[in-house]
Amino acid sequence: MATRKSAAQDKAAGKASGSASADELKSYYRDMLLIRRFEEKAGQLYGMGLIGGFCHLYIGQEAVVVGLEAAAEEGDKRVTSYRDHGHMLACGMDPDGVMAELTGREGGYSKGKGGSMHMFSKEKHFYGGHGIVGAQVPIGAGLAFADKYLDNNRVTFTYFGDGAANQGQVYETFNMAALWKLPVIFVIENNQYAMGTAQVRSTSSADLYKRGEAFGIPGELVDGMDVLAVKEAGEKAVAHCRSGKGPYILEVKTYRYRGHSMSDPAKYRTREEVQKMREEKDAIERVRVMLLDGKHASEDDLKAIDKEIKDVVSKSADFAKDSPEPDPSELWTDIYARDSPQGAALETGDA
Amino acid sequence: MPTEVLMPALSPTMEEGTLAKWLVKEGDTVSSGDILAEIETDKATMEFEAVEEGVIGKLLISEGSEGVKVNTPIAVMLEEGESAEDIAKSGSDEAAEAEDAGSKSGSEEKTAESGKTSDKAPAKAKSKGDAKEEDDIPKPDQTPDWPDGTKMRTQTVREALRDAMAEEMRRDPNVYLMGEEVAEYQGAYKISQGLLDEFGGKRVIDTPITEHGFTGIAVGAAFGGLRPIVEFMTFNFAMQAIDQIVNSAAKTLYMSGGQMGAPMVFRGPNGAAARVGAQHSQDYAAWYAHIPGLKVVQPYSAADAKGLLKTAIRDPNPVIFLENEIMYGKSFDVPVLEDFTVPFGKAKIWREGSDVTIVSWGIGMTYALEAADRLAEDGIEAEVIDLRTLRPIDYDTVLASVQKTNRCVTVEEGFPVASIGNHLSAVIMTRAFDYLDAPVLNCTGKDVPMPYAANLEKLALLNADEVVEAVHKVTYR
Repeated sequence: MATRKSAAQDKAAGKASGSASADELKSYYRDMLLIRRFEEKAGQLYGMGLIGGFCHLYIGQEAVVVGLEAAAEEGDKRVTSYRDHGHMLACGMDPDGVMAELTGREGGYSKGKGGSMHMFSKEKHFYGGHGIVGAQVPIGAGLAFADKYLDNNRVTFTYFGDGAANQGQVYETFNMAALWKLPVIFVIENNQYAMGTAQVRSTSSADLYKRGEAFGIPGELVDGMDVLAVKEAGEKAVAHCRSGKGPYILEVKTYRYRGHSMSDPAKYRTREEVQKMREEKDAIERVRVMLLDGKHASEDDLKAIDKEIKDVVSKSADFAKDSPEPDPSELWTDIYARDSPQGAALETGDA
Repeated sequence: MPTEVLMPALSPTMEEGTLAKWLVKEGDTVSSGDILAEIETDKATMEFEAVEEGVIGKLLISEGSEGVKVNTPIAVMLEEGESAEDIAKSGSDEAAEAEDAGSKSGSEEKTAESGKTSDKAPAKAKSKGDAKEEDDIPKPDQTPDWPDGTKMRTQTVREALRDAMAEEMRRDPNVYLMGEEVAEYQGAYKISQGLLDEFGGKRVIDTPITEHGFTGIAVGAAFGGLRPIVEFMTFNFAMQAIDQIVNSAAKTLYMSGGQMGAPMVFRGPNGAAARVGAQHSQDYAAWYAHIPGLKVVQPYSAADAKGLLKTAIRDPNPVIFLENEIMYGKSFDVPVLEDFTVPFGKAKIWREGSDVTIVSWGIGMTYALEAADRLAEDGIEAEVIDLRTLRPIDYDTVLASVQKTNRCVTVEEGFPVASIGNHLSAVIMTRAFDYLDAPVLNCTGKDVPMPYAANLEKLALLNADEVVEAVHKVTYR
């Protein structure tokens, strides 16, 4: 936790805490709370059968994306795995469109055709939402490859988990990213469990931030339950990439409160372990305390934010329930760009 | 208003479960995230958490109840200031509503089922004069690929492929080539000869030997606005990368609701070379043609190699471009035109004939054309069609030909099971059944891994004799 002492010092210097102003702190609080409440609602809609298939919640990990988005500039790109709802909300995608994609409706970001794991936004430079563990890592480096080729000074945040960190293509990518000095930040969100396998049972050496050493990629361990620490590390990584020095690795230690997906039996860790993290390390609570102790916000101010978020989330759930299912004709669209109906041409049975 | 807590669906397939244990009792105050109950599904025992804060008003289902359907109310939560009396009031209304909904959906199901039954009645056989059949008259596009009188020059397939890439790289600065040995080595098969000199190291890029990784990087580059050409030293090695080709490149346009896709070309030699054994000798045409979202090209001549590769590079979709090592050195006439392209989905008739239709593509055309020459000596006139693209397939040209010849033989180097020939047979059966005077025969490679021994390899590969024999079978002469 950023200490109260430093908060007080910063206040004297016109700052709330660390390198964040009171307004920035409030905005991180708001953004993290939005993700948490959104995910709780998603879990609820899943239980009601409105969301189907796989649904991987981000609860507990909110500070990672909110901290890194605070270090990003307009035009920077991001790509991640299937645990993607938080990333989308943090980069400014509309909660209505995200929730409606979860329910498989027309108003969803992919018109209901992608689902929880497959969402994209060209406008917000969000390149998915990938369902195959590790596959987004070379894709992220490829986005950075395009940026370098086009010489546009953008960076790409490529997120993956401690589980994906053992995939072979990650190291193929590290090699090429370092060789070609690609402006890509590899963010290893280490929530300490690859599905149900604890990191110590799957990984020969615990320090994932050192995994780039053989390729000459600098790495850093970051407290992912501290949004300001994440932001600070993110800024350093961004500066490194933007200056043309090539890739950077951030291992962000975090914790997922919920199961791997909705159908997780939670037999691989104790309830006490989860409870302890929630009580002692929670990233949202930490910022809440900072805001109150630093007198940057009153209980009433925070209640107002809570209410505002609750309304946004409940509106998104209503939108996601009310949006119609995609028209049956959508089955045959977006298979090929410019929509030449190749799929239909193969449907010879009805001819 | 009191809110009902419903039996949750805790896995993608769960329909009912056992309420194993309540961890709260009536009157308890709970907050979001508190565990309410343990629920047993078919997979595991799961903890069920509260999503809202409130007070447990009433537990509706007792511990140990089995077969509790998803969405059955299992408890009622109260907000501040509400009492248990509010429960009865709102509860009974909703129960009635739920029952209504249940019976309604039940009757709908029945209607759908009875509709299905009538569909199952045997359809009346269609006569040739049916309107539907009229609509299905194939309309092949047989416009020539280049105007009459165009100057021609002789070129190898290798040179044609290089020229196609060079022309497209001059035309669009975002087209670049990456792969193993494409730059300084000048191409493992010399396809990229001279490109590094002309376009420099930024656009002609040697990769490490990491197909999975560099294919994924190229897919990302395509998402990011570039037009990558990925050269696989051979398509055998692309199996390392097939997840990125199929799951990332082919499916993203659909999964993103049309927002972004991967305009790129995957190219390289495919199929058997000579004496290189099982792991380096496989035809992947049927594999890739199976995938919606990909386009698949397998040229035979140098002119098609050039015209189709230029079209592939311009296409806004991922294109699999299957070349052949044995064909690289073969020479053909190539039109001398400023910008010569060949459209996808347009087959080429190499030889007209009225007795049998032989359909092939890529190196298979070598056997098809040789067989046709020999059959002509026996007085059998074969029409030989080169599909050129396997996705999309020009069904119209094939069907129009079969309607004329009433017989068809397909020729491909790939394995027989789930081959392109199998698919063509099914299409012809479906759309031209009444025109067939013989079963469609598929000539393919043998159903064995490619052997090394010279004599066995020869036996495993397709040859013109087998095509001739198949034609004799379907023409009964």
